[in-house]
Formats: sequence, C-alpha cells, structure tokens
Amino acid sequence: MDTLNNFFFIALPYIAFLVFLIGTISRYKSQKFKVSSLSSQFLEGKKLFWGSIPFHFGILILFFGHLVAFLIPKSIILWNSEPLRLLFLEISSFIAAICVFIGLILLYIRRITDDRIKMVTTKMDIFVELLLLFQIFTGMYTAVFMRWGSSWFASVMSPYLKSIFTFSPDITTVSAMPLLFKLHVIGAFVIILMVPFTRLVHFLVYPLDYIWKPYQQVIWNWNKRKVRSPKTPWSIHRPKNN
Amino acid sequence: MDVRSQISMVFHLDKCIGCHTCSIACKNIWTDRKGAEYMWWNNVETKPGTGYPTKWENQDIYKGGWEKSMGKVRLRGAGKAKGLLNIFHNPHLPVIDDYYEPFTYKYLNLIESPEEDTQVTARPVSMITGKPIDIKMGPNWDDDLSGTPDYARNDPNFKNLSAGEQEAMFQLERMSMFYLPRICNHCLNPACVGSCPSRAIYKRGEDGIVLINQKVCRAWRMCVTACPYKKSYYNWGTGKSEKCILCYPRLESGYAPACMHSCVGRIRYLGVLLYDASQIENVAASDDEDLIQKQMDMILDPFDPKVIASAKKNGIADSTIKAAQQSPTYKFIKEWGMALPLHPEYRTLPMLFYVPPLLPVMATLADNDVESQKGTLNPISKFWERATKYDTTNEHIFGTIDDARMPLKYLANLFSNGDEELIKETIKKLMAVRLHRRDVTVGDLNKEMVAESLKEVGLNAEMADAIYYLTSLAKFDDRFVIPPAHREQAIEMSEFTGDRKGSAGFGFVEKPARGL
Ligand code: HEM
Ligand code: SF4
Ligand code: SF4
Repeated sequence: MDTLNNFFFIALPYIAFLVFLIGTISRYKSQKFKVSSLSSQFLEGKKLFWGSIPFHFGILILFFGHLVAFLIPKSIILWNSEPLRLLFLEISSFIAAICVFIGLILLYIRRITDDRIKMVTTKMDIFVELLLLFQIFTGMYTAVFMRWGSSWFASVMSPYLKSIFTFSPDITTVSAMPLLFKLHVIGAFVIILMVPFTRLVHFLVYPLDYIWKPYQQVIWNWNKRKVRSPKTPWSIHRPKNN
Repeated sequence: MDVRSQISMVFHLDKCIGCHTCSIACKNIWTDRKGAEYMWWNNVETKPGTGYPTKWENQDIYKGGWEKSMGKVRLRGAGKAKGLLNIFHNPHLPVIDDYYEPFTYKYLNLIESPEEDTQVTARPVSMITGKPIDIKMGPNWDDDLSGTPDYARNDPNFKNLSAGEQEAMFQLERMSMFYLPRICNHCLNPACVGSCPSRAIYKRGEDGIVLINQKVCRAWRMCVTACPYKKSYYNWGTGKSEKCILCYPRLESGYAPACMHSCVGRIRYLGVLLYDASQIENVAASDDEDLIQKQMDMILDPFDPKVIASAKKNGIADSTIKAAQQSPTYKFIKEWGMALPLHPEYRTLPMLFYVPPLLPVMATLADNDVESQKGTLNPISKFWERATKYDTTNEHIFGTIDDARMPLKYLANLFSNGDEELIKETIKKLMAVRLHRRDVTVGDLNKEMVAESLKEVGLNAEMADAIYYLTSLAKFDDRFVIPPAHREQAIEMSEFTGDRKGSAGFGFVEKPARGL
C-alpha cells in the first residue's frame, strides 16, 4: 500500500508536472500549428451548444473554485464553519458540476454518434472526454457522499500540494483518505500529464489580451521608418518591427 | 499624414462573362485539400441571386462587419467582450450547410460494378463523411438562375425595391443579370483582423495583404463571423481558418494572382494605392452618406510632392511609389471615378473596387410595353419580327438610364450604399465613352451630342480614349502593375538565409497536420 501511495502521490505528481511543463512548452514552440481548440462547430453547431456551453462555464467555475481553495484554504475553512454557508458552497459547486457532467455526456454522445463529427474525432478526443467524465464523476461522488468535500480540499489537498511544490512531499493525510477521493486526485494528475498530448492545450492559450489590444494589427518586415532612413547604419541587426 | 501603400484591385463587371476560370485557377492552387474543399477564395456569383454562402449579404443572419456606435465602430457579431463570451460556441457562425457539403462521385462503380439489370450509376458521396448524400447545394448552384423564386427573389439587395419593381425584373422578357466575381477585399479596416482574439490575422505593412498566421490561429472562429463578405473560411480538417492570400508568393515574384492572370474576360486590374492610414478610424465611423466619398478621399495622389515626401519618410520604397503612379486601379478609382466598393456600408473599407455593369442596365426594350410585344413574337421561331429587343443607342443620350432593365436602386444597394446618383454618374461615364468611341470609329453620331455627353460627366476625348484603352486593349503589364516586393528585407530577417533551406518555401517546416 505504501509503495502505491508513494507512486501515486509523490512520483505521479512530479512526473505529471514535469511532463506538463516540458510538453506544453515544446508543443507551443515547435508544433505551433497543432495548438488549436479544434472547433467542430462548423460541421455541427446545435448539439455543440447544449454540450459546450454548460461544460465550459461549469468547468471554469470548478477550476477557479479549486484554485481559490488552494490559494486561501484558511478562508474556505472559516467560511465553511457555518453550516448554511457550507451548504451554499456545496450546492453552488454541485450545480456547476452537474452542468459539466451533463455537458460532457452530450459532447461525448455527439462525438461518437454524429457522422460528420466522427470524421474529426481522434482517439485522443475520446480518451480525454472519458477521462474528464471519470474525473467529474469521482468529484461529484465525493461531494455527495462525503460531506466534507469542500473543506477537504482546503484542509487536506492544499497542504499536500504545497508540500509537493516545496519539494518536501508529505502524504500522510492524503493516504488516509477514502478511495474515491484518492481516485479523484490521481485523475487530476493524469489530466495534467495528458495536457500536452491532447486538445486540452487550448485552454492555455486563452486570448485574454484581446480585451486591451487595438482592433487592427499591421506588421512590417522591418521598422518601416528606420529601415530606409540613410541615418540607420547597415548591420545584420536591422530595426525589427514584429 | 501616415502614408501607407496598398495593393488594390478593380474588377470591370461589364467584361465578366461568368466563365469561372478564375475560381478554378484559385481552387487548383490553394484549396484543393482536405478541409478546404468547400472553400472558394474566388467565387463568381450571378446577380440577382443569393450568393455563396447563401444570403451572405444579409447581416441580420450573419452579423458580419462593423456597425456605428457612439461615433466609433464596433463589430456587429464578434469582438472584445462579445467575442470572449461566445468563444465556447459562436452563435453567429455559419455552418457548412450554409455553403454546401462538398461531394464527389463514386466513379469507380462505373468500372468495377458487376453486371446488373440496371444502369450503373456513380453515386454522389460526401467529401466529409464519405457516405452517399443527396446533393442539395453545390458551388454556383444558382449560376445563371436570375429570376428564379428560390434564388434571385431571395437576393438581400432587393430590400429597398418595391414589389412592382421586383416583379418587373423577373418578367421573362425583362429578365437580366450580371456576374459578380468576389475575392477577399484586403480591407483597410478589416473586420476579420479586428475580431481575431489570438491576433493571428494581420495586414502586411508593405502591401496591405491580409493574412492569417496558421501557427497562431486557435480556431476561435470569430473571423468567419466578422468578415461581412464571408471571405474568411474555417478549415474543419486542420482546425485553422484560411483566406485568400492574394497569391502573395506570386506577387512577390512579379506574377499577377492566379485568378487575375487567368481571367478570360480580362476584367481584373491590380495596382498600388497610397493612402492616409491616420484616417482609417475616422472614415470607418463616418456617416452613411459620406462613407464612399471619405473612403475615396483617403486615397492619395501619388504625384503630389507632399504625398511622395511623406511616403518616403514612412519607408515606402521608390519603386512602390513609381508603381503607384502607374497604377491602373488609381486611374479607375480616382482619376476617372468609375469604380466603387462592394457594400461600403459594412465599413471595412474594402480595397477591391467594381466598375458597375452597363450592359444589362442600359439595354432596354425599345418598346417597354411588354403586353404589346407579346403579339409580335413569332410563335414558331420565337423571334420578334419588329426589332424591339435591345436598344442601346438613342437620341436622349442618357435618357434610358432611368428606365433601365436593371433598376439603378438595385445596383446602388450593391455598390454605393443606396446612393443612386453615384451609380448614375458612373454609368453615364461608361455610356459617354461608348458614344465617343462610336463617334471615332463609326462617325454616325451627332458630334455635338457626343462632346456634350463627355462634358456632362467631366471627361474629355483624351480621357475617354485612355478609358477605352485600359478597358478594351490593355496588355498584361497595363492591367497589372506589380511593385517589386523587396522580399530581401523579409529574408534578411532570418539573418541567416540558410535557415530557410529545406523548408516548404514559406518558412513552414512543420507538417500542417491536425493537432490532437
Ligand atoms: C480557458 C478557457 C477555455 C476556452 C476559451 C475553451 C474553448 C474551447 C473551444 C473554442 C472549443 C471548441 C468548441 C467547438 O467545437 O467549437 C473547446 C472544446 C473543448 N474544450 Fe475547451 N476551452 C476552455 C477551457 C477548457 C477546459 C478547462 C477544459 C477541460 C479541462 C476544456 C475541455 C474541452 C474539451 C474536452 C473540448 C472538446 C469538446 C468537443 O467538441 O467534444 N476546455 N474549448
Ligand atoms: S474581405 Fe473579409 S477577410 Fe478580406 S480583409 Fe476584408 S474583412 Fe478580412
Ligand atoms: S475568369 Fe474573369 S471573366 Fe471569367 S468569371 Fe472570372 S472574373 Fe469573370
């Protein structure tokens, strides 16, 4: 049991984060053409709407929920000390989870039944969606049947993850957790591990900067004013503009 | 003044014969690939008709282009907050059925089928799924179908025409049509660029060609919505958007783009325009009535010493300035004022201009009373015994314009944002040149009348001859004045040219395969 715990909660996270880092950077650098959200809306739009919208909004809420619990665990525990507030947090995240769950199932059905979509579905797409389904299922199970779900992340996962990030792994508390909770944690590491090899890279290139950049974009080969000015001395390093 | 140079185009619609050679030339070079089968970077539409994708001009459906709001322009269907919120599912994205599902035929059946009682057929199969389909649409599905209820009558440009006027256009005897070849307009205020969240689309500074960087495109598919001309296409195979590249690899080596080079009717002209980039925002946000005038005013006189000086200061090469001075498009657009942008009301400031068609407009039936004509039709030879068909010469000079077969309002909805006077002006110019040339070659017209008609539209004999030359006789080098591309600058950017060895030629070493 210890070997298993050591593997899943010490070795796996390190492998996952390392592969994630090296993999995504190298995919972004050397296989840029393959970094895309691979939208399939052009072939089928209606079913996508009912899947993609609840799935994405739900998963973003859950993602940020986990992030907050990781960053400010104390406030979450404090918040949860009042049963009503605990209930509120549990219910609102559960609604998000249901959105993700339903959305994902619809997306999955669309992937395997729609003739056109089948043509743009890779094995990896199927794998990713099954993995995410597994993840959301274990997460929801934890939330429903183990009533401390939301505090657990703050009290157990936060210190554990911190210990991982500070290279002094401490797995005593995680190892003592129920099986389904553990599966949820392992699933998370597998997802992180798989990001560079799947379509999941798309959320790393979220174009937030679009909000403040100007509408128009013009690119010159060289700095247009300087390049022909007689005052600019000729050198290999001419004034660049892009 | 911030002078920039732009490769611009003029299509002379009077000359287009609707042969689609241009579309095929483009398809063969650029879009004969998986995921791109349905794309026609160059397509030729029959007008009146619904076009490709179906009813693309109806922005209530497609939400393309810019709209004016509070003295500025903003994207109608994509853009900023709207774009980012709709990123998971774009509600205004056209789907493949709005274009057509690409298909081929199972030709092998014809050869390999075992002997059967019935005739073997080559069934159509979808090029997406490979399964048999019933073809409902195809490229140029409505070719030459002017007057048909499914196509012509659904043309969005009829919006301001009365029911009577529309009906009159569809009467068999009066039915008329013309062809509208379309490519990307390489706009000055491109909506596609404005809508791209990952900033993959850009305008090249040197020549104004609008390109999509295939390595930066992330399939957020906003450009497809934003381009009001629907000239940015989504490649469902690679998961990247693509558009007309104005054959830049050809332009850079001095060749005309393939569609233009192959054009049978020689309707296409290409040349440099110098324009004042500091005005783009203002012009795009100007009032509906001033839109065209202001767009024309942005285009600068390449002979003006002040313009030349600021062009040089801005790093525009002497060779480019020279090309701008010889540009055939400058002549059509500015000097003669005969070319107009397609749908200026989309506010993208398109750089492809059209000389509106004269023939279907002007050729009227001498006897407009259709009823009385019915009787004169020979029932067997289907021929009018009285010469009542076409009449293009008449004493009133421009008298027939108003009761032309193709209502001016229809043309105005296409090319001048509803301004009929502007269309009338250009049509009159086309007419005056014809009168002048008839006077020169046949000499049977009243000389005074010819001189008067030229004067009325602000032309003189010399200009009319120049228009005639460029319209009818111009050789390749007159129609395409391509500035040297100065690619040495781009090559130098990689500093060591050996970097480019072994690459696909456009700096693309990676196999353009779909991601996982
Ligand atoms: C940061 C924000 C995100 C953005 C902007 C985004 C955007 C997109 C887009 C545009 C698509 C293509 C939809 C289409 O077919 O048109 C997509 C698909 C998908 N996304 Fe996201 N996404 C984000 C976050 C995520 C996250 C966090 C996950 C999961 C961990 C995820 C998982 C998926 C999956 C599995 C698909 C494929 C759906 C299918 O077609 O079956 N996305 N996303
Ligand atoms: S026509 Fe469309 S694709 Fe071309 S530059 Fe204009 S907005 Fe962009
Ligand atoms: S090749 Fe020229 S004449 Fe033929 S359809 Fe195209 S634009 Fe018209």
